[in-house]
Amino acid sequence: MSASDLIKQVEFNMQVCNACRYCESYCAVFPAMEQRLTFSEPDLHYLANLCHNCGSCFYACQYAPPHEFNVNLPRHLAELRGETYRNYAWPGFLGDLFSRNGLAVSLITAVSFALFMLLTFYFQDPAILFSAHTGEGSFYKIIPHNVMVLTFGAVALYVLVAFIVGFVRFWRDMGESLADFARPVALGQATWDVLRLKYLDGGGEGCTYPSEYPSNARRWFHHFTFYGFMLCFAATATGTIYHYVFGWPAPYAFTSLPVVFGTVGGIGLLIGPAGLLWIKSRSDPETAEPKQLGMDVGFLVLLFLTSLTGLALLFLRDTAAMGMLLAIHLGIVLALFLTLPYGKFVHAIYRFAALVRYALERSRPAPNVTFE
Amino acid sequence: MIDLIQTYDVLVIGGGNAALCAALTAREAGASVLILESAPKAFRGGNSRHTRNLRCMHDAPIHMLTEAYPEEEYWQDVLKVTGGQTNEALARQTIRESVACLPWLIEHGVRFQPSLGGTLHLSRTNSFFLGGGKALLNAFYHSAERLGIKILYDAEVCELDIQDGEFRSAVFKYAGATHQVRARTMVAASGGFQSNLAWLREAWGPPADNFIVRGTPYNKGVILRALLDSGAKAIGDPTQGHCVAIDARSPKFDGGIITRVDAVSLGIVVNTHGERFYDEGEDFWPKRYAIWGRLVALQDDQIAYSIIDSKAVGKFMPPVFPPVRANSIKELAAAFKLDPATVQQTVDRYNAAVRPGTFNHAVLDDCATDGVTPPKTHWARTIDTPPFFGYPLRPGITFTYLGVVVDQHARMIMQDDKPSTNIFAAGEIMAGNILGKGYLGGIGMAIGAAFGRAAGKEAARHVRQ
Repeated sequence: MSASDLIKQVEFNMQVCNACRYCESYCAVFPAMEQRLTFSEPDLHYLANLCHNCGSCFYACQYAPPHEFNVNLPRHLAELRGETYRNYAWPGFLGDLFSRNGLAVSLITAVSFALFMLLTFYFQDPAILFSAHTGEGSFYKIIPHNVMVLTFGAVALYVLVAFIVGFVRFWRDMGESLADFARPVALGQATWDVLRLKYLDGGGEGCTYPSEYPSNARRWFHHFTFYGFMLCFAATATGTIYHYVFGWPAPYAFTSLPVVFGTVGGIGLLIGPAGLLWIKSRSDPETAEPKQLGMDVGFLVLLFLTSLTGLALLFLRDTAAMGMLLAIHLGIVLALFLTLPYGKFVHAIYRFAALVRYALERSRPAPNVTFE
Repeated sequence: MIDLIQTYDVLVIGGGNAALCAALTAREAGASVLILESAPKAFRGGNSRHTRNLRCMHDAPIHMLTEAYPEEEYWQDVLKVTGGQTNEALARQTIRESVACLPWLIEHGVRFQPSLGGTLHLSRTNSFFLGGGKALLNAFYHSAERLGIKILYDAEVCELDIQDGEFRSAVFKYAGATHQVRARTMVAASGGFQSNLAWLREAWGPPADNFIVRGTPYNKGVILRALLDSGAKAIGDPTQGHCVAIDARSPKFDGGIITRVDAVSLGIVVNTHGERFYDEGEDFWPKRYAIWGRLVALQDDQIAYSIIDSKAVGKFMPPVFPPVRANSIKELAAAFKLDPATVQQTVDRYNAAVRPGTFNHAVLDDCATDGVTPPKTHWARTIDTPPFFGYPLRPGITFTYLGVVVDQHARMIMQDDKPSTNIFAAGEIMAGNILGKGYLGGIGMAIGAAFGRAAGKEAARHVRQ
């Protein structure tokens, strides 16, 4: 479907849904829709990013295909979200590239970085790479601390800029001001909705994913992924504090905060992405958007590999395999970071923005809906 | 293919709310149950697929329902819409069961939600299903699968073997062949005949050709006809049914709720001659809603046009099709191929008759006309603020009321007034016992649940004896 056909299709879906409203309590999409009688393109992108693709409205829909009205919100809104991700990616051409070959791009990037690092270390001094190092600063014998900090610092900065550019453009296109984004009530509500994945509960029963039988599997696997990711982030943050504030260089003991956070988070990042991949493989093709499969899978695989190599590094850090594992792990992490702004991860940015806007809209007096 | 050698305890014909209520109840009482649903899986569930709520009696706030809706008030509502053409005992049974069935529905996976945006006036009387009727059906079918009820889709029963009021077997078409199945009891829950256009024409004459069937295309009345031909006692007028005014641009079948036009009471309605023909402000939805189908059916060419001005915008539920828009009444009339001068004259006469009042769409307000026939008794405001909008209207039939007589156990009554030994009827096929005419929003599901459960219980009891 071309972008303009897709917009027309979603617009018609919205007219059907707005006249029907049976799905009102499933999620935020329907109450947001009811505040409108006509739907501009930014409105449709807003609604698309409010949708969590839980599938409940599809299975409940009296107008779902093969009905001639062909209402399939989970799928059509997923397609539209694909457009959001592409339209707001910065720089744009990377978004295009990634959306076409997500998995391949992720893996090629990871392998290239890992190889590059391995070769660099090897040509500097093969002996350092293949011998065991223990004790304080052992990682930095393989790769100097400053090089690591500079590389990842630069990448993090780049990723942050890409996120901010995408977010600000998306937010402004919806007609909202940045000052409103910072309003604590809306921000708090949206954060709370994200933290408990309110809209993956299918109105209470669990969402109809991967099939028409309600289940909480996706919600749980997403929790593992999300909180696993957050704990790994906490591990990095505490590690940074240890290094700079206390002057304690890595590696840290198994009982230290960075290692405990990293280990628990890492286990979450094994279970979560593996579970999400597993249910994805069994998901109903009716509600899935096949074009996004590569993007989704690419992100999940990189998350899983990041965690797997990280944990391997932790448990084998005193052996001769450490150097190689470190190179592979850092290569994968680098690839994960660099592909974040162009892959599935951005759903977090736009969905959060949409949820904040939804909370803002709810806090305002209901608009007087008109045809014109 | 399922086992057709065995004799099932209960054969349920149909796949909607009443059918599933019967099947689940019978199965949980220990009976072996086969469901033959004529629709494919995607369209299973008859008209229940299009429903959204159940009119529910209650003496205090319960689940999502506000205040109270006592039995007596519910009964008075039934009496009012049917003009007394109802069976009080069966109506009261429906009313009492409408609340008694709630825990059972929840136990079988049905979930409720607060009344929908734009339907606040129903928050006291109607329990809305989360996701609507199709979600309710999905929950029922999931329960049925879990309980080991056998279900065949695309299985259209074409013949019933009934001897002296006793059901023996049914012949059905499935996967390109005909099959026979025997059962100890049979529950007919296969709806009315409204999707059978020839039968509709038989009842209504040529006007039937202009009707739109708002509900499922699978209710062809095959079982109803077979039962009547086998000596069942009939009830109801074949021209009566749940018939509302819907957008004339709707598909011939299966358009469901979104084809309704709720603008009627906010403006005027003219027929093909450009003239008004009924008090548009007589009463609230759903009474007004449920009479307009028949009103339009009785006009020439079975078409009418709802006309509003821009003051009415945003005051009614948005229909799926956008309105026809014009900057003058004449332009709007021309768009509908009506005589512009006549329509202009109708609007002018109406406008001149509008008396001052305080407009309030939420109550029966004091905005009325004086000196125009027919009058508009509430919500009458002048139609003078462009742009003007119009919706073409046709009769949209949901289900017909001609059916079979039943007793309180859902046993089908034969022409000699004795109950059949093993045939039960539930849902639209027997709704005519309670609804002689008119309709009360959400009562269809209440009838289906009450008599579906009664039929399932009684069929299982019969098998055990």
